[in-house]
Amino acid sequence: MEIYELTVHELLEKLDKKEITKKEILTSFQNRIKEKEKDVQAFITITDKQAEEQLEEIEKENITTRLAGLPIGIKDNICTKGVKTTCASRMLENFISPYDATVMEKINDEKMVSLGKLNMDEFAMGGSTEHSYFKKTKNPWNLNKVPGGSSGGSAAAVAAGLVPWALGSDTGGSVRQPASFCGVVGLKPTYGLISRYGLVAFASSLDQIGTLTKDVEDAAILLNVIAGHDEKDTTSATREKIDYTKVLNKGVKGLRIGIPKEYFGDGINKEVKEAINKVIKQYQDMGAIVEECSLDVADYALATYYIIACAEASSNLGRFDGIRYGYRTKEFSNLKELYKNSRSEGFGEEVKRRIILGTYVLSSGYYDAYYKKAQQVRTLVKNEFEKNFKKYDVILSPTAPNVAFDLASKIDNPLEMYLADVCTVPVNIAGLPAISIPCGVNSEGMPIGFQLIGNHFEEATILNVAHAYEQERKFRQNYKPEFKK
Amino acid sequence: MSREDYEVVIGLEVHAELSTKTKIFCSCPTEFGGEPNTHCCPICMAMPGTLPVLNEKVVEYAVKAGLATNCEISRDSKNDRKNYFYPDLPKAYQISQFDKPLCENGYIEIEDKNEQKKKIRLTRIHIEEDAGKLNHDDFGGGSLVDLNRAGVPLIEIVSEPDISSSDEAEKYLRKLKSILEYIEVSDCKMQEGSFRADVNVSIRKKGEKKLGTRTEMKNMNSFRSIVRGIEYEIDRQIDVIESGGKIEQETLRWDDVSGKTFSMRDKEDAQDYRYFPEPDLVAIRLTEEYIANVKSSLPELPESRKQRYLDKYKLTEREAKLITASKYLSNLFEETVLKTNNPKAACNWILSDISRILNEKEIEPNEIPFTSDNLAELIKLIEKGTISSAIAKKVIEELFENPKEPSKIIEEKGWIQISDEGAIKEIVLKILETNPQSVQDYKGGKDKAIGFLVGQAMKQTKGKANPQMLNKLFIEEINKM
Amino acid sequence: MQVSKEEILHIAKLADLNLQEDEVQKYRENLEEILNYANIVNNAPINGLEETISIDNECNVFRKDEVKQTSTLEELLQNAPDSQNGMFKIPKVIN
Repeated sequence: MEIYELTVHELLEKLDKKEITKKEILTSFQNRIKEKEKDVQAFITITDKQAEEQLEEIEKENITTRLAGLPIGIKDNICTKGVKTTCASRMLENFISPYDATVMEKINDEKMVSLGKLNMDEFAMGGSTEHSYFKKTKNPWNLNKVPGGSSGGSAAAVAAGLVPWALGSDTGGSVRQPASFCGVVGLKPTYGLISRYGLVAFASSLDQIGTLTKDVEDAAILLNVIAGHDEKDTTSATREKIDYTKVLNKGVKGLRIGIPKEYFGDGINKEVKEAINKVIKQYQDMGAIVEECSLDVADYALATYYIIACAEASSNLGRFDGIRYGYRTKEFSNLKELYKNSRSEGFGEEVKRRIILGTYVLSSGYYDAYYKKAQQVRTLVKNEFEKNFKKYDVILSPTAPNVAFDLASKIDNPLEMYLADVCTVPVNIAGLPAISIPCGVNSEGMPIGFQLIGNHFEEATILNVAHAYEQERKFRQNYKPEFKK
Repeated sequence: MSREDYEVVIGLEVHAELSTKTKIFCSCPTEFGGEPNTHCCPICMAMPGTLPVLNEKVVEYAVKAGLATNCEISRDSKNDRKNYFYPDLPKAYQISQFDKPLCENGYIEIEDKNEQKKKIRLTRIHIEEDAGKLNHDDFGGGSLVDLNRAGVPLIEIVSEPDISSSDEAEKYLRKLKSILEYIEVSDCKMQEGSFRADVNVSIRKKGEKKLGTRTEMKNMNSFRSIVRGIEYEIDRQIDVIESGGKIEQETLRWDDVSGKTFSMRDKEDAQDYRYFPEPDLVAIRLTEEYIANVKSSLPELPESRKQRYLDKYKLTEREAKLITASKYLSNLFEETVLKTNNPKAACNWILSDISRILNEKEIEPNEIPFTSDNLAELIKLIEKGTISSAIAKKVIEELFENPKEPSKIIEEKGWIQISDEGAIKEIVLKILETNPQSVQDYKGGKDKAIGFLVGQAMKQTKGKANPQMLNKLFIEEINKM
Repeated sequence: MQVSKEEILHIAKLADLNLQEDEVQKYRENLEEILNYANIVNNAPINGLEETISIDNECNVFRKDEVKQTSTLEELLQNAPDSQNGMFKIPKVIN
């Protein structure tokens, strides 16, 4: 295998055995970017030259921490001091953050080197990365298909071997769904496990930074780096630190898995269902106890999601006014025009759609009917999961109702696009951890993923369960992205 | 109908800046002044990705204010976002409190026009952040945004419409200000905007149950303009109604120069602030223990100080009330008494000359530039006979201009009292020579004549002669004649 | 759920957005469709349920009242489209 095809833990093994050098690793990814980025279009900003300089510095100073000098890719809604953070929006086309996000401080403390900022749906709103102001990222398995979204750049870059791993963000499935579409592992941790400080807010009560990696062990390594309380984020949890790499080989014998019947209805593609059934069979073979369960809140959760996420977004995006930073219109003669024209020209269509929806549900006369009810439904969804977690250790479902779709095929139908989030959204509504693991391809060769949902702060459990599957069914060794044109 | 046929209903919303060291949601300093945008960070500038973290002192100070104004303290409180666009509000929402304020249902006692006690009820006290400042660009014709004040912590104290005259409004505000000063949660510097009021005024015919339509004057920051504004609004509203018109519910701007209110046109549309719970902050759930701790840390309040002055220092009711009305005056008084053991003198100086000068200069007691050490020294200098009261009055004036030790002032100005008997005798003889009529008067039984002669001598010595000695020598010398 | 053109314009005004005529129509249709779907929250069995405000039950996370200065004026102004004398420049605002 080429260096860029290896997982990070495999790279670390080879480094330990002195079979490769850190310089060779970086060079391999640089070359891969040169070769494939023109097809995949995963990056908004490439910083491989800075990465090279940082690596030289690291070698000069003889820094030997385990992850020092290893490359990573960063979703472009995570603030990086000195490097543009655009959120894939015209609004922030030239924005340079004056500070580093807390996760970036942690990445920098490890002396990891960033290869660049990855494409996404504008302000993380969307499920196909087609809502980027700059470019459309392609799915490395088939360049005519979307990579999913909103962390489509992150997922595609990992799948294509442009970066060994990447950070994304997940508000309603934005890490897991593109992971599933691109055949990589996507982990969305419990709300509060990772600091949101420096993640440009879409929906504050739902946003969570997550990881996109080639396998589960890499997810555990990267989670070790970024998890932990941050005094700059009062919603971040104060909990004892866990070494997630140490929880992976516990097996699944006697483990109870719930399969919510609502996730196997008509809305779910037949090939996806078949793939998931094989996963279920696999777990049974490994000694897990699998039972059908009920999670009768999925539709409510989806409706609730769009109410809460858009309401919070409409408020969070108010600060983009062309005064302190960001896009400023050329056409204005007074303050009101400055505001309106800057915002109307700076935001894309999907962002404006969600701002309008969010403003509507918060506006006088509608607050009680929508927002307040949605907050109550949120409690209902939480309770429903709680009930299930009394019986089951994890809940298993498809990650998405279907595989990656053709570019431009859904862009004109926002509701249809929203409905595709039905499997992932309830997890964010309840603030739970979940992981998407590739489990096969459909007849067209497009990857299918399944999702494991854990109870609050049970990352260790879902990582172990995911890892057990991965050890038996070696997706990476059986399937590779083909860059079909 | 005349003004007597109407009843006035006033409610006040006071914004007081809390005297914390840092802003409400970030660690930037709250100090007044400073070069533009130098007391700022990515958080108070609302850079993308930043998050607020609540300052613990803000909660403590608000709870103190609540306890000092007889409020119930909420055990379950939260922050909410109030959304609107304005360039001084960088996030496009103000983090405030909507339906779960920290303090509710309090009251403050004032005296009405018949000197009867009257309770003004407080609806609520909540915490929120201040906005930045827009400066005018004199050359380019634009405005310039300075965010040094953005995020400075405020409490908003909302009264019920229990106030029925401008006089009561002033009394309520003075009382509230004095309480906040006493408990040291706000320095209440009105000229810096750290104590300002939105004034809601409506009128109704006497006997009418229903409240009239109210107008609101925003951001008033002097007692004088508040009183004038209310008086103007009452007259204006009566005029409108008497001439058959209707009061519009609107926000007004008081203009001190013209003495009129003006409608704030750009707010013609009813605002829709789209309040919702702030998802970036967690709930505030105060325990009994926390509240008890804050309660035990409250300093002595004006009422109790007043009683102590009556009992211990034998001040009159009026004197005690006037001094305790301001924490600064009251502290000045207590410290001076400690240093001089002369409460009468301290009280007299504070209520006469010092208060008069404060009035003339239109400044607040907290702006007195000299210390209790200075006042104490002055009192001792009088007691020792180093200076006369007449000179002391001049020293007080000087202390307001160039504060330094009174002994230095009188030395520099050459104001030391003449107490040398020989020198004074010379003056006395000279005065007697030129005032034979007064000598006759005194001999004829008019004791007052001595006063006149002493006055003449003081005039000649520019107040420096020792008055007791003058008195004694005049009598001695006349008796010799 | 019917959303009128006036409502869309009112909402756009609250959100400080300009909408072209075709956008008004498009967003009106989108909003109606999405709201119709969102209306299913009205069927949810939520009687007597509390609203979820913070996702976990954390409370009382405060900061000490200590001054820390983190950024320079230059860093804070580097993205400003227009600035003067260390301040952000905007069209004249009449109070």
